[in-house]
Amino acid sequence: MTSFLFGKLGYGALPFYSAIATVAASMVVLGAIGVVAFITYLRGWKALWTDWLTSVDHKRIGIMYIVVSFVMLARALAEAMLMRAQQVAGYQSPGFLPPEHFAQLFTTHGTIMIFFMAMPFLIGLYNFVMPLQIGARDVSYPLMNSVSLAFTTAGAMLMMVSLCIGKFSTGGWSGYPPYTELAFSPDVGVDYWIWALTLSSIGNTMTGVNFAVTIYKKRAPGMHLFRMPLFAWTALCVSILMIFAMPPLTVATLMLAMDRYLDMHFFTNTDGGNMMNYINMFWLFGHPEVYILILPAFGVYSETVSTFSSKTLYGYTSLVWATISIAVLSFTVWLHHFFTMGQNGNVNAVFGIATMLIAIPTGVKIFNWTLTMFRGRIRMTVPMLYASAFMILFAIGGSTGVMLANPGFDYQAHNTLFLVAHFHNMLIPGLLFGMLSGYHYWFPKAFGFRLHEGWGRTTFWCWCLGFIFAFMPLYALGALGMPRRSQEYFEGAYLPYAIVAMFGALIIGFAMVAMIVQLYVSIKDRAATNVFVGDPWDGRTLEWSVSAPPPEYNFAILPEVGGRDTFFADKRHGRAYRIPQHYEPIEMPANSPLGFIVCVDMGVTGFALTWHIWWLTIGGLLVFAIAIIARSFNRHTKRIISTAEIRETEKRWIEAFQFEPAIPVEDEVTNLNRGLARIPAE
Amino acid sequence: MIQASPSVAARNIGRGGQDPSRHPGLNLHPHDGEAHEEAEELVFGFWVFLMSDLIIFSMLFATYGTMLDALAGGPGPHQLFELSSAAMETAVLLVSSFTFGMASLAMKYRQSVGQTSFWLAVTLVLGLIFLGLELHDFADMIAKGGTPSRSGWLSACFALIGTHGLHVTTGCLWIAVMLVQLKVFGLDTGVKTRLLRLGLFWHFLDIVWVGIFSVVYLLGLAP
Ligand SMILES: [Cu+2]
Repeated sequence: MTSFLFGKLGYGALPFYSAIATVAASMVVLGAIGVVAFITYLRGWKALWTDWLTSVDHKRIGIMYIVVSFVMLARALAEAMLMRAQQVAGYQSPGFLPPEHFAQLFTTHGTIMIFFMAMPFLIGLYNFVMPLQIGARDVSYPLMNSVSLAFTTAGAMLMMVSLCIGKFSTGGWSGYPPYTELAFSPDVGVDYWIWALTLSSIGNTMTGVNFAVTIYKKRAPGMHLFRMPLFAWTALCVSILMIFAMPPLTVATLMLAMDRYLDMHFFTNTDGGNMMNYINMFWLFGHPEVYILILPAFGVYSETVSTFSSKTLYGYTSLVWATISIAVLSFTVWLHHFFTMGQNGNVNAVFGIATMLIAIPTGVKIFNWTLTMFRGRIRMTVPMLYASAFMILFAIGGSTGVMLANPGFDYQAHNTLFLVAHFHNMLIPGLLFGMLSGYHYWFPKAFGFRLHEGWGRTTFWCWCLGFIFAFMPLYALGALGMPRRSQEYFEGAYLPYAIVAMFGALIIGFAMVAMIVQLYVSIKDRAATNVFVGDPWDGRTLEWSVSAPPPEYNFAILPEVGGRDTFFADKRHGRAYRIPQHYEPIEMPANSPLGFIVCVDMGVTGFALTWHIWWLTIGGLLVFAIAIIARSFNRHTKRIISTAEIRETEKRWIEAFQFEPAIPVEDEVTNLNRGLARIPAE
Repeated sequence: MIQASPSVAARNIGRGGQDPSRHPGLNLHPHDGEAHEEAEELVFGFWVFLMSDLIIFSMLFATYGTMLDALAGGPGPHQLFELSSAAMETAVLLVSSFTFGMASLAMKYRQSVGQTSFWLAVTLVLGLIFLGLELHDFADMIAKGGTPSRSGWLSACFALIGTHGLHVTTGCLWIAVMLVQLKVFGLDTGVKTRLLRLGLFWHFLDIVWVGIFSVVYLLGLAP
C-alpha cells in the first residue's frame, strides 16, 4: 500500500519486530540526541559550522571521514558480537535472534565494515596525510572533496536510519540477485542497501579522481614520482583503482534498482534476465576493492616500519613496482569469486593462476619491510606492534588465500566459514591494523598531542588476541564444513569452536572500549603530551616538517625536494627548521555550505527513493541540481591569507622549535617528547 | 594569481610562460596565462572523470552484448528499430559536435561572447532535436510492444541508450547554464575553463553515440 505523501512508509516500519532491534534503534536515537545535547552544552554549533561542516580544508575533511568511520565501526562490531553469540546459542535451538534478523545483521555488518568503516577510514587518512606528504597546500578540488564526504556520509546516515525505520536487506553485503529481486525480497531492505551503496560509491569515485589529479599535478617542486613516500604511492594506485572499479558497482546497483523499481529484467530469473551479469560486474568492482582496502595499510606500514626502525625503506623501487603490479593484477582475477558457478575448467584455471600471482608482489613487500627492520633502531611503539602482528598474521591469511585460489579446493571451502576466516584474516590485520597503526602514528600530527601509550598497547593486544581467538576457530569450522551465515545448527562438533570464537569477539569488543578510554585519557592529558613542534617520532617525510596541527595552508613556503625522505635528510644536514626571510600571501579555497547541503539533500533523497516517496525524490534531485548550478555562479570562491596572518602563525611555531628541548628517540613515548627529535651524532 | 600551482609557475619561467599545449583539450589563447594555469588541473581532472564515465558505458555495452539473445519471446531489433531515425539522430549529433567546435574556436580566436553564444545556442538546439528524436524512437518502440520491462534485451537496450540520453540532457542543461554565464560574466576564466570541459563532454557523448549506433542499430539490423 502506498500513499502520495508517505510512499510505502507506515507504522509497520517501526522496529518492534524483535526486542534487540528495538533496543538498537533506541540506542541510535539516544546517541543522536546525546550528540546534539553535548554540542549545545559546549556551545559548539557555530564552531562546528564554520570550522567543520563548511570547511573544505583537506585535513578537516580527513578527520571527519575518520569520525564517521569510528561511529560505524562501533555499530558493526556490536553486530559481529551479536552474531557470534547467536552461533553459540543457536546449537540445536533457535537462539535469541530470529533468522530474518540474523540475516539483516550479517548484511549490515559486511556493508558497514566495507563501505562505511574501511573506506571512510582510508580515505580520511589519505585526505589528511597525502597532500602534506607531497608538499601540497590542498587537494586539486577542495570543494569536490567536501561533496565526496557528503555522499559517503549520506550513505552512512541511510544505514543508521534503516536501523530505526523499516528493515535492512537480508541479501548479504554482495546482494546477489535473484534473491535481492523484488520477487524474493519485497520489502524495502534491499532498497536501503542499494541507495546506501550507490551514494557511497559516487563519493568514492569522486575521491579517486580528486586524489589521482592531486598527485599528478600538485607535487612540490622536485617531488618526482619516484621520490614520493610509499604512502603517497599507494594513494595514487588506490585512486586509480577507485576510478576504474567503482563505476561497475554503481552500474550493478542501479540495474538492480531498475529491476526492482521499473520491472526491468537485467538479473531476474525470468524474461531474459541473467544474474551472472550482476555477479561479474559486482566482482569487477569487488576484487579491486580488496586492494583498495589493503594497499593503504601497506602504505602505512611502509612509513611506520621505516620511521620506528630509523632506517631508509629497503628496496623502495621494488616496493613501488610491487604496489603497481598488485593494482594491475587486481583487475584480472575477479572470477575467482565464482569458481563454482559453472564456467569451464580452463577459465577457472586461468583465473586461479592469476590469483596466485598476486602473492608474489605481496611477498616482495613483506621481505622489504623485514629487511628494513634488520639492524635498525627498532622501537616497539604501538604502530610498530600493529605492523609486526600484521606481518605474521597476514602471511597466514595469504597462504589460505593461495589455497582458495585453487579451484579444486575452492569447491570444498566456498560458502563455509573457512572463507569468512580467510577474508577477515586479510582485512583485520591487512586493513584495520594498518589504519590503527596510521591512527596512532599521525594522531599527534592531526591534533598536536600524542595518544596514551599504555591504553594503546592494551587496545593492540585486545585486537590481536581477539582476532586470533575469533577467527582461527573459523578455519577449523570451515574445514569441518560449517556453512557461513548459519543462524541455527545441529552438529555438536561445531559448538566448542563457536564458543572460542565468541570469546574472541568479546575481547575485540573490549578493544573498542579500550580505544574509547584511550581517546578520553589522551584528551584529558593533552597538555602533558603536547607536540606542537610537530616531529614526535623523528619522522622522515614532509608532513613532519610543519607544526602539529599544521596551519590551514600546510606550508608557509612550499618545500623544495631533493630526494627521498626529504625532511629526514634535511634534519641531518642542518637544513630543517630554517626561518624564511619573508612570506607571501597564500590563496586558499573559501568555506562553502555546498557539502553540507548535498549531504542532507542526498540523505533525504536516498530515504525518499527507498520508501517510494516520489515528490520528495524529485524535490531532492532538484535541490541538488540547483545547489550545483548556484555554486557555479559564485565568483568569490577563494580567500587570501595575508602575510601578516602567516607571519603571526609561523612566529608561534618558530618560537616553539627554538625553545623546546630536543629528545632522543628512546624517550619518544615519554612526556619529555615535545615534538622535536634530537638528531643523533653520526 | 598567487602560487595556486607553483609547479606550473616554475615551469612557466623556463618556457617564457607561453606553452600552448600544456593540457589536453582545446588550449586557450597562447597569451592567456591565468586561464592556462586554471585549465591545466581542471581539464586534466575532467579527462580522468571521463575515463571513469567510459567504464559506465563499457559496462552497459557489455551487458547489452550478453543480452542480444535475451528476447524472451518479445520483439527484437528488426521489429522495433527504424534505421532512418537512428541515422538522423547520428547526423544531428555529429553536426552538433561540429557547431560546438565552432563555439570553441570563437572563444579561442575571436574571443567574442556573441559568436560563442550563437554557436552554443545552435548546439543546444541540435541537442534538443536529438533528444526529441530519441524520445520519439522510444515512444515508437513502446507502441510496438517493446517496453523496457518486456525482456532482458529491451532492458539492456533502454538502459544503454537511455544513459546516453541522460548524459545529453545534462549536457543541454549545462549549455543553457553556460549561455547565462556568458551573458553575466562574459568570457572570464571561470567561463572559459568550464566551456573547455563542456566541450570535452559533448564530443565524448558523440563518440559514445557512434558506438551505440554501430553496435545497437547497425549490428542489430544487419541481415
Ligand atoms: Cu577476489
